[in-house]
Amino acid sequence: MKGFFDPSILEEVEMLRILGPEGTMEEELRPPELTDEKMQELYREMVFLRLADQRALNLQRQGRMGTYAPFMGQEAAQVGSAAALGEGDWMFPSFREGAAMYMRGVPMEAIFAYWMGNEAGQRFPDEVKVMPISIPVGTHPLHAVGFALAAKIKREPICTIAYFGDGATSKGDFHEAMNMAGVLKAPTIFFCQNNQYAISVPRTLQTASRSIAQKALAYGFGGIQVDGNDLAAVYAATKTARQRALSGQGATLIEAVTYRLGPHTTADDPTRYRTQEEVEAWLPLDPLVRVRKYLEKCCMWDQEMEESVYAFAQEKLNRVVQQAEAFPEPTPEEIFIYTLEKMPQRLELQMKDYLAFLKELEG
Amino acid sequence: MGKLNLVQAIQNALMTEMQLDPSVMVLGEDVGREGGVFRATEGLQEKFGPQRAMDTPLAESGIVGLALGLALNGMRPVAEIQFDGFMPPAWDQIISHISRIRTRSRGRFSAPLVIRIPYGGGIRAPEHHSEATEAVLVHTPGIKVVYPATPYDAKGLLISAIRDPDPVLFLEPKRIYRAIREEVPEDPYTVPIGEARLVREGKDLTMVAWGAMVREAEKAADLAAQEGIRVDLLDLRTLSPMDDQAFISSVRKTGRAVVVHEAPRTCGLGAEIAARIQEEAILQLQAPVVRITGFDTVVPLAKLEHHYIPSPERILRGIRQVLAF
Repeated sequence: MKGFFDPSILEEVEMLRILGPEGTMEEELRPPELTDEKMQELYREMVFLRLADQRALNLQRQGRMGTYAPFMGQEAAQVGSAAALGEGDWMFPSFREGAAMYMRGVPMEAIFAYWMGNEAGQRFPDEVKVMPISIPVGTHPLHAVGFALAAKIKREPICTIAYFGDGATSKGDFHEAMNMAGVLKAPTIFFCQNNQYAISVPRTLQTASRSIAQKALAYGFGGIQVDGNDLAAVYAATKTARQRALSGQGATLIEAVTYRLGPHTTADDPTRYRTQEEVEAWLPLDPLVRVRKYLEKCCMWDQEMEESVYAFAQEKLNRVVQQAEAFPEPTPEEIFIYTLEKMPQRLELQMKDYLAFLKELEG
Repeated sequence: MGKLNLVQAIQNALMTEMQLDPSVMVLGEDVGREGGVFRATEGLQEKFGPQRAMDTPLAESGIVGLALGLALNGMRPVAEIQFDGFMPPAWDQIISHISRIRTRSRGRFSAPLVIRIPYGGGIRAPEHHSEATEAVLVHTPGIKVVYPATPYDAKGLLISAIRDPDPVLFLEPKRIYRAIREEVPEDPYTVPIGEARLVREGKDLTMVAWGAMVREAEKAADLAAQEGIRVDLLDLRTLSPMDDQAFISSVRKTGRAVVVHEAPRTCGLGAEIAARIQEEAILQLQAPVVRITGFDTVVPLAKLEHHYIPSPERILRGIRQVLAF
């Protein structure tokens, strides 16, 4: 029928891949600033982050950490995107972005302390341009849009980046954020880590779209699907999205196709909803393996370096755990003092009454 | 300056603050070219341009979420939600983020923003245009909730709200937007958040009201005066944090209290006010606290809403009841 269009017109979204699983680089697509030295530097960070993630899981099993949301398998998506940001850009993470947050300067001990239940871990140093973790799914991209609009009003040459998963794209606020960003031309990067599952629900049950990236079209701005396990592709896409944002072309949606190798959180049992074969099929696509293979091909990496970087990372993590556990114990007053700038009288009474009760307990 | 009605006082406060502080801006549906469906933002876009008087897509959660992002990056946004009945989609952003960002960041970030919401019934509007949902808002920690009842207070409270370091929900009694005119100074001035106003003094009972119900309570107090009953009438003006010492000290004097609100009764603020009175003035209390409120139902449409919203006659009945105990 004339005028009627079929979803098939949007089905051909091509996934950008620059660094293949065997470590072969498409040199003509490679961003020039992503030098071999830079690749080497980012690989060291990826190793540290892989081990940090595993350390967190171990701490949780030992009862030294609360529920934790691991990012294993998503290191390229997070490290590559964070590394492409400019100094003044602001990051709006969800709860699985430990790697991206660390890359932007959040101390790993603060991230650990937070998952240990110490809220002081969400108080990042003043120079760190990262918002606290947002737990509700898909509601924080709006804040990234608002923040970016304020930057536009004040003529600050920065952009914002909001991280979320494939599940978040089903939320109403995702639509509102994308729509607002399109209409108001917000310098925002929407960075979707499509890790294939929202807890147990697969990507195919989140959206009937062939890709998440293509959703950008309906909002009137650009999008791209990248191999999310490809450090170079993620870096290149984010860099381009940033340039577009800063040159007044508005928002970009990046869909990084990746895979969550671990559980949703430490409270989740992924064997209930996916097979071991499926997980194993993703192992050759591991984001760390291909960077290492590439570096080995360029003679910039060998077994000795691998061993030394692992040893160095483990030692650094020993210090991280020590520092996280040495975070000052929060006091009961801290429950109350951050509610409003000036504590209302009624709240002060509640606090004083509770503190008096604690004193009574001591006898 | 001349006499202004309540909506003109609000427009005047916005104009005044936008002139003084370049970070103050308004955003919402129809607030720009249209000047707001109630004209509260009239003339702002002409004067300050489309970035500071921003028309947004039709999305309540989006408007409020955007306002938080703007505030986090140094703006002082005043967001408008067109009608109270459309608030629920925005509650998520208020409850999940705006009220928590100070706690979540251990004081690094705050949300100095205002959300203006015309609230309440009495304008013969369709469904979802007449709600009073203060209890939900007051139950949420980390926000302030303000209810002006007069043009003078509307301007002074809105300026306080805009300058406040924390998020303020500013609920405007749309039913009396144009009902009262009074002298409103041209210059900026503030009315402090968190202080009740003594509307009239009396020794026989304490009456507590806010927003549009203050006017109905005054009418009821007039009727009571004809029977020789003298009412101590308090306009709370701010519901969170609440100036409870105002009504507690009044009840210590009068021994009796009537609370008036148009929201449903169950778990309404009348219950909270009654609880605070019994906590601090039980020895002076001579009768149970009487609540004159809306019903535990949805607000009916035009032909029935006068039954739902407390009338001066229904309030007078409550006054007689609390005195007869």
